[in-house]
Amino acid sequence: MARLSDANVALAKEIIGRFPRPKSALIPLLHLAQEQDGYVTKDAMAHLAELLDVTPAEVYGTASFYEMFKFEPVGRYCINVCTNISCQLLGGWELLHHAEEVLGIHPGGTTPDGMFTLEDVECIAACTEAPALQVNYRYRYRVTAEDFDQLIDDLRNGRLNDEIPPHGTLARVRQKVAPDRWANTGTEAQAKVDAR
Amino acid sequence: MSEHEPAAGQHIWVPGMVPIGPKMITSRFDQPDAHTYEGYVRTGGYEALRKALTTMTPEQVHAEVKAADLLGRGGAGFPAGVKWGFCPPGVLPRYLVVNGDESEPGTYKDRLLMELDPHQLIEGVVLASYAVGCAQAFVYVRGEMALAQERLAQALTDAYASGIVGRNIFGTDFSLDVTLTWGAGAYIVGEETALIESLEGNRGMPRLKPPYFPAAKGLYMQPTVVNNVETLSNLPWIITNGGDAFKAIGAPTSTGMRMFAVSGHVNRPGVYEVPNGVTTFRQLFEAPEYCGGIRDGGTVKAFIPGGASAMWFFEEHLDLPLDKPTVDRAGSMLGSGAVVVMDQTTDVVKACWRVVRFFARESCGKCTPCREGTTWLERILKRIIEGYGRREDLDLLLDVCDNISPGLAWPPRQTTICPLGPSAVSPIASAVLRFRDEFEAYLSGAVPPEPAHV
Repeated sequence: MARLSDANVALAKEIIGRFPRPKSALIPLLHLAQEQDGYVTKDAMAHLAELLDVTPAEVYGTASFYEMFKFEPVGRYCINVCTNISCQLLGGWELLHHAEEVLGIHPGGTTPDGMFTLEDVECIAACTEAPALQVNYRYRYRVTAEDFDQLIDDLRNGRLNDEIPPHGTLARVRQKVAPDRWANTGTEAQAKVDAR
Repeated sequence: MSEHEPAAGQHIWVPGMVPIGPKMITSRFDQPDAHTYEGYVRTGGYEALRKALTTMTPEQVHAEVKAADLLGRGGAGFPAGVKWGFCPPGVLPRYLVVNGDESEPGTYKDRLLMELDPHQLIEGVVLASYAVGCAQAFVYVRGEMALAQERLAQALTDAYASGIVGRNIFGTDFSLDVTLTWGAGAYIVGEETALIESLEGNRGMPRLKPPYFPAAKGLYMQPTVVNNVETLSNLPWIITNGGDAFKAIGAPTSTGMRMFAVSGHVNRPGVYEVPNGVTTFRQLFEAPEYCGGIRDGGTVKAFIPGGASAMWFFEEHLDLPLDKPTVDRAGSMLGSGAVVVMDQTTDVVKACWRVVRFFARESCGKCTPCREGTTWLERILKRIIEGYGRREDLDLLLDVCDNISPGLAWPPRQTTICPLGPSAVSPIASAVLRFRDEFEAYLSGAVPPEPAHV
């Protein structure tokens, strides 16, 4: 249970500055909180409410709508197997059942060692590469049972640490803008409207 | 560059070269460094923007796009130039929002455009903002697309540093800030008013209409243009070559080139850029340069022409061209360019259930007919598959459908704020009416119930 670190508060302020109204930064900031702790803690949500000048209930109200935000710890690797129509036609369910057997958990469950959480997800936009899955939102295409076993082995032994960060970290590249390049067009224009 | 390349052995499908007509928005897909600023500029990138900002007025840019008859590629197929014109004059500021929340089942094109050619999208964003007079643009990427977010973040950073975005673009007095933002897993956010709610930091629920168009009242209740990624990615080509050149390609009613993702039971599933409105479904499925035929020499039992929300098509529709008005008249839609092919071995009852489960899961819960109706439909179909179906269930399914979308008409009538609820009706109206015997086989116990897994 943690509030945002000083470094993340600085980052949060930079993100807030890119929107005409602070609350628009809420979803990116919830991702930042999830990146810090692996899930979105109550303290972090309270902290975000302070930063955005909204109530903690508003923060939780938004956060609870979106599937990617977790409110309790999940595995280091979140494995999302797609079973939607294109994947179903080419073995998505069989892949999910294989994953259940290999990991010994149902969708929504986490392995006792805290390594893996399994999810049965909706279309992840890799339909021509069915059956597809994501590990912490990194894609694997045309996955066979053997591919899956190899993937689990690689993840357990840290062979994919460079490619796949722990759960919570989404994009590792952030938009950076030098202060003299930021034109402030949105905020200035909005301020004129607000002043009417 | 600090972006992360796919690991060795990980396969990214790059569409095969299209032998007929020029390649437009996928022209850089086979160039490994197309996502970098250097790679984009080396192949003529940002020249259209320079031309527009230094030699054209915003009205001229708007006129070119209108002349091109560019139809929106997100699903509704609304002409982009006309949509821009809905912004009420004198009401400022205006905003541009890029809809990169691609999540319609079967759809796979916007992610490719964002991952493989992000600068082309950014060029389109600045062109559209210049034409419309937007104060700021927001690129909203689906939450699950980590690589697309990384590529766009790097591309925007480089574009700012190179004077393409931000203060005094190309040294002109036009300035524009472009902010990258992203979602967190909700299909409904692809609906434009839900996207705006999400961008305001709220639950992603569609807004009550009217106002019907965000162009009148959108983000912060200001005029807002919401355009799809593929739509905007067409703009650099249109400005470089002219609206008339764009209109000369494809059919008069569906201009330019268009990306179609063909998935399911074909020999070579893939994303293909084809002349819009000309190619037929049969050509797309069978031509060697496209999908190369149905799996194992089979036949088409049914196919979805435009994403899970669309009515299904059958073998009698194979010779229709991929043309918006033609497909509309035939009782379905091209939607988001998502074609899903089912061969003769497909269990349509299970296919129907899976599509309906998607809508039941993704209903935002705002309107009762959708929230309750989709859940009922899913449960009834599930019990049919598990061997507990009742004889009256098929009529019950159609009755629930009728309550969500009266008359099961096409285009669907709505009892809901947005089209999600009526979309769940499409697979049932298609499958139950066409393959009633297969549903009845489940009801009579002729099909063994699905074995329970682990």
